[in-house]
Amino acid sequence: MSIHAHTPRSMPRFLWAGDSAVVIEFGNEISPALAARAHTAAAAFESANLPWLVEVLPSYRSVLAEFDPRLISPAAALEELQRIAETAAIPEGPASLDQLDIVSIPVCYGGRFGPDLHDVAAHTGLSPDEVVAVHSEPLYLVYMIGFMLGFPYLGGMSPRIATPRLATPRTIVPAGSVGIAGNQTGVYPMASPGGWHLIGRTPMRLADPSADPPCLLRAGNRIRFVPVDEAAYRAIEAAAATTARTNAPGIAAIPAQAEGGDQ
Amino acid sequence: MAAMLEVVNSGPLSTLQDLGRRGRMKYGVPPSGALDQEALAVANLLAGNPEGAVGIEITYGNFSVRALAPVVLACAGAWASVSVDSIAVSPWTTLSVMPGEIVSVGAPAWGVQVYLAVRGGIAAPLVMGSASTCTRAALGGIDGQGRALRAGDLIATPDRPSPSPGPGHVPSLLATSTVTARAAAALAKRQAAFAQAHSPAAASARRPVTIRVVMGPQDDHFTDGGRRTLVTEEFTLTNKADRMGLRFEGPAIEHGRGADIISDGMPRGAVQVPGGGKPIIMLADRQTTGGYPKIACVAQVDLDLLAHLRPGDRVRFAALPAEEAHKSLIHEQAASRASGRALRILIDGIEHVVTVCELQ
Repeated sequence: MSIHAHTPRSMPRFLWAGDSAVVIEFGNEISPALAARAHTAAAAFESANLPWLVEVLPSYRSVLAEFDPRLISPAAALEELQRIAETAAIPEGPASLDQLDIVSIPVCYGGRFGPDLHDVAAHTGLSPDEVVAVHSEPLYLVYMIGFMLGFPYLGGMSPRIATPRLATPRTIVPAGSVGIAGNQTGVYPMASPGGWHLIGRTPMRLADPSADPPCLLRAGNRIRFVPVDEAAYRAIEAAAATTARTNAPGIAAIPAQAEGGDQ
Repeated sequence: MAAMLEVVNSGPLSTLQDLGRRGRMKYGVPPSGALDQEALAVANLLAGNPEGAVGIEITYGNFSVRALAPVVLACAGAWASVSVDSIAVSPWTTLSVMPGEIVSVGAPAWGVQVYLAVRGGIAAPLVMGSASTCTRAALGGIDGQGRALRAGDLIATPDRPSPSPGPGHVPSLLATSTVTARAAAALAKRQAAFAQAHSPAAASARRPVTIRVVMGPQDDHFTDGGRRTLVTEEFTLTNKADRMGLRFEGPAIEHGRGADIISDGMPRGAVQVPGGGKPIIMLADRQTTGGYPKIACVAQVDLDLLAHLRPGDRVRFAALPAEEAHKSLIHEQAASRASGRALRILIDGIEHVVTVCELQ
């Protein structure tokens, strides 16, 4: 239920989600510009350090803000969230590229790490090397984290490598698998059943329930997939395991040699 | 850590739960936690614990434990027979149990979830600040990896439970009457909702359960008729009901703008409606985001009741504005904390509802 019948075009809509949550909706399309507004608003809510605010969940074009009804009334929470949304410097365009928010993810494409690479190549009419080149070229935007711990919903994949889901999903997709489903690409942070075409795997630990924060990626991050060969994959995997043993939580530790490598 | 109990029979599903993981939905982590949070709180208070301590959520009963040491236990939630060495005791009560004795929780007469609290709390690995079990995401629980309880599991109290009233804490008389009041109010509400709905009488004699909702956030994705269907018709819970969500059968709720939205955050109690028009209510172990429009969300005041719905139950949804829903919640909480009222309830003869003698 829209709380205000008329809102100026640039102002978000505030929608009740029960009596202990509000959805702040910036529009109704998937675009980096709308996502930037949602992610900026979410950051503003979080940095306000409101004791009654228990969940802030940014997604493609909105933010779910949940509050503790024992600490604040819906009307008071709404008023405060509106005030923050109005005063936050919410960008009208896509966020500028901050190098700090770019995460490089090494991927060993094909072979046993990417058992469906040849199927994607066959479906798209490209060679496997071309699929890898097209997949590792863009800077992807993490629109939101959902579905499972640390799973990034990414935008920016070229439609040239779009491939439908598997007719029969796998019962287990190993952690780190990089896949394609329709127009989307993604990486499984944890082992899970899944129906995506798997084209490679990263040795990086993207999620660790015992770490705080428990996953590497956040909504608003930019990521790039960097092709590496199997030797580099093994080296990074070993380094990550050592880091995890000696310095848990270790998911943020990315060995320098993760960048580059050859394909 | 001192082992206090050994699980003899784990029943259909028994899991460790506290009040859940908070603030982690942005990482894709389901909140989990007790489906009936007030019943867990009451069980803990009856056991002399802080209300958010880890307890055992017992789904459909048929659960038993053997005491390995002198231990104080308490139950609340669904109305199930509780016995100590086959001698029946009151279902919502505090029990002192001696080593070797077996405490059993039978199949509930009404409701679904029984909460068993152990004085001193239950030792379990904290995963993202909570011991709550999420089997689907393999988080929390007795092993820290989402495992439900099974026969042979040892339940221990932590060495240092310490968060305020500790294990040796004996509530004052005032505190006891406050606990009694809260327990009596919680019991009365659940009894009113489910005693008749789950009675063995003919299905036609059973009343539907009314659940209050707040419309939105995507009620504008439905036609006027669709919104009317939600609040005027009855829906029946199917057997697709678990800690993740409740899937209902009933007249189709008509979409106005298609059954897909751009995926967004999923609040607890969201009533989402996929293409077929049949509503699904999302619970503690839900996915954090979803792409079906949410016509309404269950009001806080009735969220706990969802824990006790059974397949075949008929449900009616009553819509009210967010601010009114919140007032109902505050009013109910204030009433349940008025100790004078509770003592009167006990005297007026809701017989042996809550026994607190062990605490005095």
